[in-house]
Amino acid sequence: MSRRFSLSRLLAMIIKEFIQMKRDRLTFAMMVGIPVLQLLLFGYAINSDPKHLPTAVLAQDNSPFSRAIIAGLQTSDYFRLTRTAATVTEVEDLVARGRVQFAVEIPAGFGRDLLRGDHPALLVIADATDPAATGNAVGALQRIVDSALTPLLDGPLTALAPVSGPVEVRIHRRYNPEGLTQYNIVPGLVGTILTMTMIIMTALAVTRERERGTMENLLAMPVRPLEVMLGKLAPFILVGAAQVMVIAAAARLLFGVPMVGNPAVLALGMVVFISANLTMGFLFSTLARNQLQAMQMSFFFFLPSILMSGFMFPFRGMPDWAQAIGEVLPLTHFLRIVRGVMLKGNGLPEIWPELWPLLLFLLAVSALAIRRYRQTLD
Amino acid sequence: MTDPVIAVRGLTKRFGGRAVVDSVDLEVERGQIHGFLGPNGSGKTTTIRLLCGLLVPDGGQGTCLGYDIRRQSWAIKQRVGYMTQKFSLYEDLTIRENLDFVARLYALPDRRIRVAAALDRLGLADRRDQLAGTLSGGWKQRLALAACILHEPDLLLLDEPTAGVDPKARREFWDEIHALAADGMTVLVSTHYMDEAERCHRIAYLAYGRLLATGTVEQVVQGSGLATWHVSGPDRQIAALARDLSGRPGVEMVAPFGATLHVSGGDGARLDAAVAAFQQMPDLRWSRGLPTLEDAFIHLMGGARDNFAAAPTAARRSGP
Repeated sequence: MSRRFSLSRLLAMIIKEFIQMKRDRLTFAMMVGIPVLQLLLFGYAINSDPKHLPTAVLAQDNSPFSRAIIAGLQTSDYFRLTRTAATVTEVEDLVARGRVQFAVEIPAGFGRDLLRGDHPALLVIADATDPAATGNAVGALQRIVDSALTPLLDGPLTALAPVSGPVEVRIHRRYNPEGLTQYNIVPGLVGTILTMTMIIMTALAVTRERERGTMENLLAMPVRPLEVMLGKLAPFILVGAAQVMVIAAAARLLFGVPMVGNPAVLALGMVVFISANLTMGFLFSTLARNQLQAMQMSFFFFLPSILMSGFMFPFRGMPDWAQAIGEVLPLTHFLRIVRGVMLKGNGLPEIWPELWPLLLFLLAVSALAIRRYRQTLD
Repeated sequence: MTDPVIAVRGLTKRFGGRAVVDSVDLEVERGQIHGFLGPNGSGKTTTIRLLCGLLVPDGGQGTCLGYDIRRQSWAIKQRVGYMTQKFSLYEDLTIRENLDFVARLYALPDRRIRVAAALDRLGLADRRDQLAGTLSGGWKQRLALAACILHEPDLLLLDEPTAGVDPKARREFWDEIHALAADGMTVLVSTHYMDEAERCHRIAYLAYGRLLATGTVEQVVQGSGLATWHVSGPDRQIAALARDLSGRPGVEMVAPFGATLHVSGGDGARLDAAVAAFQQMPDLRWSRGLPTLEDAFIHLMGGARDNFAAAPTAARRSGP
């Protein structure tokens, strides 16, 4: 045998690798699927300059100027008027629940004050938990208001036309007044880290039994699928809880992220979220033929979770179809819960709209996993 | 006589269109050690898995411990101990932790006492805190046996329990099996070893998914209808004779056993005709012999292969 580099031996290796690659269909699908997925997500779904953000209006003044401002907001790309509020408390509630990103409050006597040249204030409340989602829109606000008013301020009124602006736009960045990205990222990390570790760990759970041959013994003994599933998942709920505590402590001590809401409410959300992820991992482990496949499936789930949940990029920046996919992911709802409780001080009634989709996901995936779990070796 | 512990008829299992177990009828009486023999891939493991509910049969019916194998596998699992071919307990648990796990799954009362008793009975007490993964083959086998008799099953299904185990451990294992059978446990054990087959009360021989012979060892040997000559003589002549005889019409098997050559054929008259020419050779001593169990099996397998080859199968078509 030649000791030198041999092309024919190299060829033998290459051919063997290609054949094995072809046989491993899931890896092959991942190799094609991941670039396509990334391309679609980054190309179409992800938008770091979100527009058409839902906005509520509380108009306590019905002057032409108010109407011009509302029309101006509506025609701008950034704001989309979805609600008309009647009271201040209603406005507060809409922002707290995350139904709207912005609330514009036009005070009573706005038109009159404007005509007097009093530079009345236009109050804009922004949900700044995700500074990236509001930043550009806030930046555009003054310009939108000014240009909406300009046509009305002609003729004898030209004298009033802006030098310093006829209206003072007063912006309240709620929940994160300084626009710190850590306030948004650190609570979000809780969800992301839980998604990654919980799914991967449980995805390996059943697959490992099958790969090591212990599954046959387990199946030969009288144990029900639900017992196996719950038994395998229970320890990880504790692991997840430990992770949460570490991250929460770090959030507080290192990043100074506030904890406005009730920790018990957050804990409830976490248990549901961790369980949802664990059952997802368990489902993967009933589908995967080996541990590598289980890892691949976990990764395939993790990628859209990070990119489409609103963790990395503003949720409202995505087109409707991408938002629809995002709504299915548990991380999306959990992010709203964790940010809502930690930053906004949401209680159970406010987070319920995010909690029930998690419960539904948990239920549906558990049912699927139990169905998929074979009690025989067929 | 009580009802048989295993009674199945027409048991069939297909994988990818190929019948791996093909209309097998099997009856095993209480307290018997029933040997299950056959070449690799003959369907022994599949049959055992069908019996304990790990696989759902595609055809046939029957009972195991009086329970229907199709519908009552849950009940069967409670009363059966199954020892898999490959070690299938947890290598990252200790011996005692493994036994505790099994005892808890069966919800056994007096778990501590039972586990301690099982450890003592199989001589595992000194090693109880050793990780199962670090045990040698013989000890793993003892542990596996201890685990599957912990709940005192009525039926023990052992799938090649002694593969890769040294002769002394094998002997002890079989002594244990006989002790269990004497206490009333029924045992179905698959094996490749002829000496183990001979320690069974009855044997069943399976090839290509079909049951070819059942009965006591003597019955199976006689039933094969094999005629055998034993020839002894100088090594060189024996080697030459083996070459000359193999492939002649009427001669099915030529197998050297040390200085003795076993020459066998299914048709006695044709065998005699074939060897007649060689019986005059000097220095060779010819005598009528009894076929061994192994001869009988190889003969049975040869016949089965002919039948099998006649029917084309999906497995053969799926080649590259």
